[in-house]
Amino acid sequence: MTYITKPKMHHPNLAANALGFTRRDYEGSVSTLCAGCGHDSISASIIQACFELDLAPHRIAKMSGIGCSSKTPDYMLGASHGFNTVHGRMPSVLTGANLANRDLIYLGVSGDGDSASIGLGQFAHSIRRGVNMTYIVENNGVYGLTKGQFSATSDKGSKSKGGVINHDSGIDLVSLALQLGATFVARSFSGDKHQLTPLIKAALLHKGAAFIDCLSPCVQFNNHAGSTKSYDYVRDHNEAVNKLDYVAHRAPIHVEYEPGETQTVTQHDGSILSLHKLAGHYDPSDRVAAQAFLSSKAALGEIVTGLLFVDPAAEDLHASLNTVDTPLNDLWDAELTPGAGALEAVNAGLR
Amino acid sequence: MSSVNDFVVKFANVNGSGSASANALFAKSILRMGVPVAARNIFPSNIQGLPTWFEVRVTEAGRLGRRGGVDMMVAMNPQTWDRDVAEIEPGGYLFYDCTKPLPPSKFRDDITVIGVPLTAMCNDKYVLPRERQLFKNIVYVGALAALLDIELGVIETALSEQFAGRDKLIKANFEALHMGADYVKANLKPLALKVRRAEAVGDRIFIEGNSAAALGAVYGGATVCAWYPITPSTSLAEAFMGYCKEFRTAPDGKARYAIVQGEDEIASIGIVVGAGWNGARAFTCTSGPGISLMQEFIGLSYFAEIPAVIFDVQRGGPSTGMPTRTQQSDILSAAYASHGDTKHVLLFPQDPAECFTFGAQAFDLADRLQTTVFVMLDLDIGMNEWLCEPLAWDDNHKIDRGKVMTHADLEAGREFGRYLEVDGDGIPYRTYPGTHPTKGGYFTRGTSRNPYARYSEEGSVYVDNMQRLLRKFETAKSLVPAPIRDNAKAATKTGVIYFGSTTPALHEALGVLEERGLHLNALRVRGFPFSDEVYDFIAAHERVFVIEQNRDGQLRTLLVNEGQIDPLKLPPVLHYDGTPITARFIVAEIARLMGAPANRPRVPEAAE
Repeated sequence: MTYITKPKMHHPNLAANALGFTRRDYEGSVSTLCAGCGHDSISASIIQACFELDLAPHRIAKMSGIGCSSKTPDYMLGASHGFNTVHGRMPSVLTGANLANRDLIYLGVSGDGDSASIGLGQFAHSIRRGVNMTYIVENNGVYGLTKGQFSATSDKGSKSKGGVINHDSGIDLVSLALQLGATFVARSFSGDKHQLTPLIKAALLHKGAAFIDCLSPCVQFNNHAGSTKSYDYVRDHNEAVNKLDYVAHRAPIHVEYEPGETQTVTQHDGSILSLHKLAGHYDPSDRVAAQAFLSSKAALGEIVTGLLFVDPAAEDLHASLNTVDTPLNDLWDAELTPGAGALEAVNAGLR
Repeated sequence: MSSVNDFVVKFANVNGSGSASANALFAKSILRMGVPVAARNIFPSNIQGLPTWFEVRVTEAGRLGRRGGVDMMVAMNPQTWDRDVAEIEPGGYLFYDCTKPLPPSKFRDDITVIGVPLTAMCNDKYVLPRERQLFKNIVYVGALAALLDIELGVIETALSEQFAGRDKLIKANFEALHMGADYVKANLKPLALKVRRAEAVGDRIFIEGNSAAALGAVYGGATVCAWYPITPSTSLAEAFMGYCKEFRTAPDGKARYAIVQGEDEIASIGIVVGAGWNGARAFTCTSGPGISLMQEFIGLSYFAEIPAVIFDVQRGGPSTGMPTRTQQSDILSAAYASHGDTKHVLLFPQDPAECFTFGAQAFDLADRLQTTVFVMLDLDIGMNEWLCEPLAWDDNHKIDRGKVMTHADLEAGREFGRYLEVDGDGIPYRTYPGTHPTKGGYFTRGTSRNPYARYSEEGSVYVDNMQRLLRKFETAKSLVPAPIRDNAKAATKTGVIYFGSTTPALHEALGVLEERGLHLNALRVRGFPFSDEVYDFIAAHERVFVIEQNRDGQLRTLLVNEGQIDPLKLPPVLHYDGTPITARFIVAEIARLMGAPANRPRVPEAAE
């Protein structure tokens, strides 16, 4: 459970960053997710990114909604303030927190149910307002915490653990984010830390709405492949899981492939993800081209990963609102309260 | 009928015809003559075409509630003619546009009819249809001024202020005004209803509650406002924008505030909760349907202990109800908002002056108590200009941010447990995010946790926390504004409890009842949780009427429920037709109930 803290002891020769923190200083409580969950790999990449960027852990605010993915902020950055809010509404809470103190770094962690189903509206509006944040959706196409219902990113025609076919079109959050004006849009895969960690670093440094859609296979509810290819074997095994309330231990999926390549990944359920890594000559500064490229690859059944779009001159919500440089939570009486004299003038105008 | 400085004029207009500003000019001019007025706009959920009314009570005695009844009807809307004519008191006056002749059956024998050919006069004078329509309103103001002895010079001054810098427009309005007045002087006689210059207004001001509440938010130190448009609260957010621009712009032109129009009420309260969590003073303003949508976040604010302020400008419910009519019908949904065991702090302002005071105070209370504080306005206070005491501010007041542990506190080794009871008042300490590199960080969640903010589903840990929240609510009793008691002139075992916009009508009603020998001690409730004084008052009386503007007696339910009061002791007096409660209604109901056996509350009848 999350009340278990990790031991503070660590190897004496553990490397420290420019602030004197080791990687361990960026860790949180012990994860309570299923072994092999892609989400834990993403947490590891976030920890690595913050460590490498020399960010002071307490200057990061980690926000989430409800669901498996939204539990993960507890498993990273233990010295940071975190806020596990209500389902689908993390973006508004993050927006408010950001308005209150523009000097912190805001990390929003969400899932496909939290952001594409119940929270689609808040996802959209936080992005179109240009809130300065890193918004990561840990996308497994399934509701894990309530045991296997479809989410809005589930592909049309896919089959749930209970054998139900999904007849609804899947929502592609990356395409949406591009259309909504996100100034940093990327997609990656939980198993590809060499791609994911630099993307998270870039997103954290971006001054605007940065969105990363991170595919993250669910070991329990998108079923199992592992070494066994047999569909019957997988089905039997999972039924046993349910009856015995036993969660099989599985190894996380790792992939490594070169830019410009298309790599197929077999998920735990035997389904295959076809990932296309953007080549070095891809121009991520053209929003329209990015949208066209995504569509063309989607038509081929390929999921594009990498940095799809970035506007290096992005401005955020504070710029739109022209707020003062001092964080609003650090303004006091003299700056906030006009005083009795000003009020007397108001009164005089109301007679 | 004859009266000086004590009568009711009601204007019946078509929405969108430009009548609202002419009617407001009429009211303001009487005020400027030193005679108090109570003006109420009764308007439809519509931009153009539906009927709208504006009621002006001229009252040198300062009775600012609705009296009930109409002494003079300015009937400018053919759609509502019959009901408007029927509403006039016997012996009263009907003012109408006599351009088009009406059959005698359209009038009454027991009233005085005054016809002015407004349409004909305006058609002669003006060419553009828009001018014909707009100036018609000013022409009738001029005619009424001559009929009622309102000084034209006062109206001219008000017009000059309204159109300052637009001399052509001022001149045109003056002409229209005189056209109406001249017609009356040439063709009609002044009425026995008169406005006479007096000194009864004093230094009081004329302001809408929404505007005053917004100014309260500025003085209370609010820096983040997130809102979604909904009648009747929209003008509160808009007033906040205006006052912030005026008072919160830094010398470099930057804003010491952030205002976001959310995509809905849920996002609005989410933004408020996020900002409150991060140490900024934040509010939203809404009405009943918004409160329904915000329930989940209000529960989070209660349980995770995050300051938030909600201005609820109540309207007619349930569902979409009567969006442009007034009620006090969100009391229960605010007091117990959200699932699980929750209770919230409510403030009940009686007028715009208290909207300002409570509006500012709400932010100190929210920070001190680390929870949601509701300021319960209603449409009557929020959207009508009320004559009230000037807004007052003490420059010695310092913002109270409550129990916040600082970097220095943490550095000095003070023990920090986010939900740890320290002082016995149920209120724990909090830290703002980003305070200290290694101490004071914690994880906020709506799930159960121990005093150190660590996840726990342990039953005893949960119960301890819920008990502490109750202690905190107990602490709130002494922090919310205390009730105000008015004793009857003679000793009595009968009392009355009331709150909010009911106040002026209730005070007037008590005077009338007293003249009839019916004595009642009165207690105005200003906050929830109710203090001991409220329960002591009930205990000291045999019977206490509870006056409310809703169907179910919601404040009474709170009294019964929170104070373990015998419901039979609290007969309800309920007015909920969407119009503001009147003194006549209260007098009639209480007189009837005081003549009736005390042991059975009657099923209330629909008001008026």
